[in-house]
Amino acid sequence: MNKRRNRNGVTDGFNYKMKVWLSQHNQAFQDSLGQLQRNLAGNLFSIAVIGISLALPAGFYLLLDNAQKVMENWDGTIQIALYLHPEVSDERADTIKQELSGHALIEQVTLITKDQALQEYKQFSGFGDALDALEENPLPSMLLLQPRTEVITTEQGEALLEELGKLPEVETAQFDRQWVKRLIVILHILKRAVVILSTFLSVAVLLIIGNTIRLSITNKRHEIAINKLFGATNAFIQRPFLYSGLIYGIAGSALAWMLLILSTAIMKDPVNQLATLYNSEFRLSGLNAFELLILIVIGGGLGLFGSWIAVGRHIRDTEPT
Amino acid sequence: MIQFTEVYKAYPSGKEALRRINLFIEQGAMVFITGRSGAGKTTMLRLIGLIERHSRGQIIVNSQNLERVTGNRIALFRRSIGFMFQDHRLLNDRTVFDNVALPMVVAGHSYQETRKRVHAALDKVGLLAQEKSFPLALSGGEQQRVGIARAVVHRPAILLADEPTGNLDPALSWESMKLFEQFNQIGVTVVIASHDLEMIRKLKKSIVTLKSGKLLTAGGEAEE
Repeated sequence: MNKRRNRNGVTDGFNYKMKVWLSQHNQAFQDSLGQLQRNLAGNLFSIAVIGISLALPAGFYLLLDNAQKVMENWDGTIQIALYLHPEVSDERADTIKQELSGHALIEQVTLITKDQALQEYKQFSGFGDALDALEENPLPSMLLLQPRTEVITTEQGEALLEELGKLPEVETAQFDRQWVKRLIVILHILKRAVVILSTFLSVAVLLIIGNTIRLSITNKRHEIAINKLFGATNAFIQRPFLYSGLIYGIAGSALAWMLLILSTAIMKDPVNQLATLYNSEFRLSGLNAFELLILIVIGGGLGLFGSWIAVGRHIRDTEPT
Repeated sequence: MIQFTEVYKAYPSGKEALRRINLFIEQGAMVFITGRSGAGKTTMLRLIGLIERHSRGQIIVNSQNLERVTGNRIALFRRSIGFMFQDHRLLNDRTVFDNVALPMVVAGHSYQETRKRVHAALDKVGLLAQEKSFPLALSGGEQQRVGIARAVVHRPAILLADEPTGNLDPALSWESMKLFEQFNQIGVTVVIASHDLEMIRKLKKSIVTLKSGKLLTAGGEAEE
């Protein structure tokens, strides 16, 4: 084996050094857990504050994600209605349908002939007998167009509507999507608000963790000085504090996740009920495994970064006296 | 080996703690630094251990020019030194074992090696049975012996002790000095700051006498 002992009796060699490095990390981790345990109540309080701070932006994210899913469902039902002139025959209407089916911006075209329109009207209006009395069907043929999703909220949508309205057989072209546009703009605003809120709360998490670690360092100045006196490097002293920050962040993320599960469980039934009333298949969803992983990585990262900022200067400044 | 050449130490207030010190301490020597309070004894130990930096001159310890020991090399340098203080400086929330193990842990020794050496050091100072006790449960003399065990557990090349017998009764002081003597006999350079002249006389070791930051005598034994 590639091993030899140096002057202090420490064995050199990559494997041995790696073993020592891992053992020191393990010890630093155990030290951090010990520190957290020694002041359990105070540390749980800090973790609760971090958890709530992370739960707020994560909760808003979930809200937006669910709203986006609702939007996607509704996007599929937004249609352009083309009312044809009454004199346009069903055959001609069918020809127009075939032509429009090949249009690049149109996904699907459905023809409702004059007779189909009359039958539907009779069925749903309650004026069946009165309509029977009419000699001629007054209703026009209608084409229901399903535009591509990306067309709905763009200028292309306007251009398509204008293009279709100019067809000689078309009497009226309708595209009721104003509310969709408004909703999408509101969602954009909310997305920005969530980004701003997340930034502020991330800074708050950094400050909370940084301050907790700083207090911990202040309480351990004597120990740090003794460690330095016997040859501890700054990195060696920093490690337990960095692990503490990491633990705060991950524990805060776990708490945030639990709060979101609880909130989703409380909101699930009424939201699902509302969706059913709108004949929607939408169901309220929580964080998936990947999103949970992201939450933990963000929480852990903030914890690590917050403690790194706090420990660096304080440990450098603490020297044996 | 410790060598001071034209060394001065001044504080920002302007006060000079050491003035023009020229001194050579051989490797494996046992030397007492004596003098009244404020003579510069502690300052001299602090300069050797790189707890403070000298203002002028040159200090060489174990072939290392201390001016050039910076950054992480300070930590590595301190691993070759054992420190012992009058106030012991133990960690009261750690067991005796953990206190003594500290220099081994920071140097990256394995747990097995650490345990072996800590047990040997505690056995040497007669405190093996108290390895799981906390410092506050020990007497002053026992705490001092824990400090000694911690100072030597990592087999330092130099042992620096600042008034190690200041709080001890004569019997315990003598016992401690005999321990230092034993470490010196296995090759450790021992430098002790003390004003206990009676004890120093009994041990018949080299002394360095300081007065108001100046070197009065160096190398001789304390006179009867």
